Amino acid sequence: MDEPLNLVLFSGTDDKLQAAAVLTAGAAALGRPVNVFLQYWALDAFRRGRIAGDHGLAPEAGAEGRAHVETMRRAGQAGWQDVLRQAKDLGEVDIQACSLSMDLLDIEATDLDPLVDGVEGITAFYLNAGAGQVLFI
Amino acid sequence: MTIQEIEAPALHIDARVDARGLSCPMPIVRTAMAVRAMLPGAHIEVLATDPGSTRDFVAWSRATGHELVEQSTEGSTYRFVIRRK
Repeated sequence: MDEPLNLVLFSGTDDKLQAAAVLTAGAAALGRPVNVFLQYWALDAFRRGRIAGDHGLAPEAGAEGRAHVETMRRAGQAGWQDVLRQAKDLGEVDIQACSLSMDLLDIEATDLDPLVDGVEGITAFYLNAGAGQVLFI
Repeated sequence: MTIQEIEAPALHIDARVDARGLSCPMPIVRTAMAVRAMLPGAHIEVLATDPGSTRDFVAWSRATGHELVEQSTEGSTYRFVIRRK
């Protein structure tokens, strides 16, 4: 439990980001550090103006999945953005933007929501990952 | 000779978290946050309806060392009492 949990987020749909947020918050609640590396469409979802919007669902959700997600949302379930904010408040959670993806998507650091702590490359991410697991979502 | 029954004193609850209606991971997250503000030895009562809570609180208690002193179910509500280590 002392080794950090390391998540590489690639997908930018609300369902996958919610799953990532749950993994992050659960680890934070156990006192386990979490390092998050945002790539591609996950990075795009953290844009300041877009973070609160609808990021859709993975294709496998279908109409039925969409209905279930809507039900949870209407019931007041916290969105992934809030779960991540609470996780950061609770424990050591570091969220970094992948510099390659910043270039690819033409994003400046100032374009990103304050949830993102900085920009780094894969090397720094691996160094901080230590002997902890690296999960790709 | 009469034998007197000694009643255990009722547990004093110092803090409460009502996590009913909240889904994983919120019951644990709220509890972990509340525990931070508590003194060692203090007790917190948590109410939850999430079906995973029972296993989650047992696991969380083992991992963090905050003892799960009471656990009960009333209808669809799970009640946990945790002693802050």
